[in-house]
Amino acid sequence: MSEAVNQHTEVSYLEYKGRFKGLFAWIFSTDHKRIGLLYLYSMLVLFSVAALLGLAMKIELIAPGKTIMDAQTYNSFFTLHGITMIFLIVVPGLPAVFGNFFLPIMIGAKDVAFPKLNLLSWWIYIIGAFIALSAQFIGDGPPDTGWTFYAPYSFRTGTNMLPAVTGAFVLGFSSIATGINFIVTMHRMRAPGMSWMKMPLFPWALYGTSWIQVLATPIVGVTLLMIVLERTMQIGFFDPALGGDPILYQHLFWIYSHPAVYIMILPAMGVISEIIPTFARKTIFGYKAIVVSTLAIAFVGYFVWGHHMFTSGMSGTALYTFSILTFFVAIPSAIKIFNWVATLHKASIDIQTPFLWALCFLFVFMVGGLSGMVLGALSTNVHLHDTAFVVAHFHFIVFGGTGYAFFGAIHYWYPKMFGKMYDKSWANIGLAIFFTGFNILYLPMFYLGMTGMPRRYYDYVDEFHGPNIVSSLGALLMISGLIIIITNLVRSAKHGVPAEADPWKGKTLEWTVASPPSLENFEEIPTVTKHPYGYE
Amino acid sequence: MNDHQVHIDEHRDDEGAKTGMWIFIFTELLLFGGLFIAYSVYRYLNPLAFHLAAEELDTTLGTINTVILLVSSMTIAMSISAIQYKNKKLTLILMGITLLLALAFMVNKYFEWSGKISHGIYPGSMTLQEASRGELLFFGLYYAMTGLHALHIVIGMAFIGYVMHLVVKNEVQHDNFAILENSGLYWHLVDLIWIFLFPLFYLIT
Repeated sequence: MSEAVNQHTEVSYLEYKGRFKGLFAWIFSTDHKRIGLLYLYSMLVLFSVAALLGLAMKIELIAPGKTIMDAQTYNSFFTLHGITMIFLIVVPGLPAVFGNFFLPIMIGAKDVAFPKLNLLSWWIYIIGAFIALSAQFIGDGPPDTGWTFYAPYSFRTGTNMLPAVTGAFVLGFSSIATGINFIVTMHRMRAPGMSWMKMPLFPWALYGTSWIQVLATPIVGVTLLMIVLERTMQIGFFDPALGGDPILYQHLFWIYSHPAVYIMILPAMGVISEIIPTFARKTIFGYKAIVVSTLAIAFVGYFVWGHHMFTSGMSGTALYTFSILTFFVAIPSAIKIFNWVATLHKASIDIQTPFLWALCFLFVFMVGGLSGMVLGALSTNVHLHDTAFVVAHFHFIVFGGTGYAFFGAIHYWYPKMFGKMYDKSWANIGLAIFFTGFNILYLPMFYLGMTGMPRRYYDYVDEFHGPNIVSSLGALLMISGLIIIITNLVRSAKHGVPAEADPWKGKTLEWTVASPPSLENFEEIPTVTKHPYGYE
Repeated sequence: MNDHQVHIDEHRDDEGAKTGMWIFIFTELLLFGGLFIAYSVYRYLNPLAFHLAAEELDTTLGTINTVILLVSSMTIAMSISAIQYKNKKLTLILMGITLLLALAFMVNKYFEWSGKISHGIYPGSMTLQEASRGELLFFGLYYAMTGLHALHIVIGMAFIGYVMHLVVKNEVQHDNFAILENSGLYWHLVDLIWIFLFPLFYLIT
């Protein structure tokens, strides 16, 4: 690995003047770093909206009966919250933002394999987002099916399903394009000397993720297409009245959407595998085990979709098989947890904001993962299916997993991306408030679910009132934490102190280039000789 | 690894371009895979109705279209050889023949579909509403799968047409024909999917 640090000999990608000016220099740029930031800004806006929708739902639930909205509004809120968070933020999130920005730099390349396709995938993303969100404003009212579009309700409901489903379909192309791009980039463009087993773990995680994106997204694509055809042309794929089978819809939907959960979590694990060795000042423990478990998760993740449908009607054998496979998929995840913890053992840890995010990630990810085991077991699943327990589990694993890793990543790579350092003490205060609020918000929902509160209801019986008040207050606290975190990051982009090339003493390639990097990242492509985490 | 040292604007990697195309073809197969699953499930549930409905389809027309596509696959493959022999004219002729054959396929498809529609067999028609659910599903799948396939034919035609334009402008030549090869790969995919659609709808009765 090249030890020389290229200091500002070329203009950075932020100042580079290309063919276009102003806004067009961004939205028509094929530079992977600018595209990464385009995704970041788009997602920041969408995330803020969807988070506020979530807050509105928690305020509705602060008291039984109608508080601030009626049932139909609540239905459309959780649908929009789900569609936006899943299809527009969490699924594309880490690969599109940090994968685009850092994958080429971390493997010592000047750009991804297909820069134009990369820009196209951002445009498809924006078009898909507009189509999906237009469902809110045109036609017969916002969709109310939840983000899963379950048949037969998704073609019986009078609401405006078509744009929402079409939008999700279009977004699939963006996901596939990014996946293909990353796979080819990693196969063809690694720097000389960087063998597969010398590749850092974040690219490895992206490699597994990309394969899932490529191999699973088409299935949901065609499934959503069938919903579109069903609604427009009365072809009875899933409508029992026309001969179709609604359970088949659930199968096809989850064949994609379960692997999609690993599209969300694998890059998050990759981020944590980068942050922990950097701040532990130590080589990651069990590099190969992490690589193998990444691929194992990507592979086994395909065969567990049935655990979303334990109560939908399946043969006993299918139930047992899906349940046992679900338990198998926990093994590689646990291997990673042990590796991260073992890396911290006897390390001289430098406690900084990104590291604190990684620690919080470990906690929430374990709560989310272990509650997933409760749901993966057949008998408890029947009791907990479609309760608030599922919502709590899901938010611990997806918001807690991917969300924490996203914020960890942005605090880790921020100095590299913008060449500025954020205010560390405000970042820590924000994290403390956010983390406290997060737990107060979601932990009571485990209890509520176990005592029987169903999900997706805007109302509940009086027995559930107490925990719901706690949960809603937690939501308010969490949102205030988020506001502090995001304000600090936005403000620091302008007012932060200039960052050095390697503020965290990291060893991977992105820390060898200037902050922010030049247009071509490397003046000369480095030759890699060492392991990515070459401490001691 | 000399190709790593070039400026990003000049970066060219034919092997990478082909790898990308192959992975994309994978995704296309999976896209149709979802419909094939639906077909298998519903055929298993309604064997008799699928048998009766399939008798309605014209095997001769289907066979003609199969031959057309197979020949067009051959001509596009030959055009890739022609460009390597630096024979620009032959390349263009062979690509032109491919496009004509694709057009012939679409014309056949048009007559086939309009024939069906004039008999009142189309999604949501009165005739089908009186038919059994299995037949309803069969024709629903028939229109969806052959329709999606026809859409791929049109995309393939546009792709090949665009590459022809590049050949005319000498931007695709004997040492730089990855995009022509990719259009060929795509065309073979379209052909391949038809090879599965043909027996499923026309032959197994």
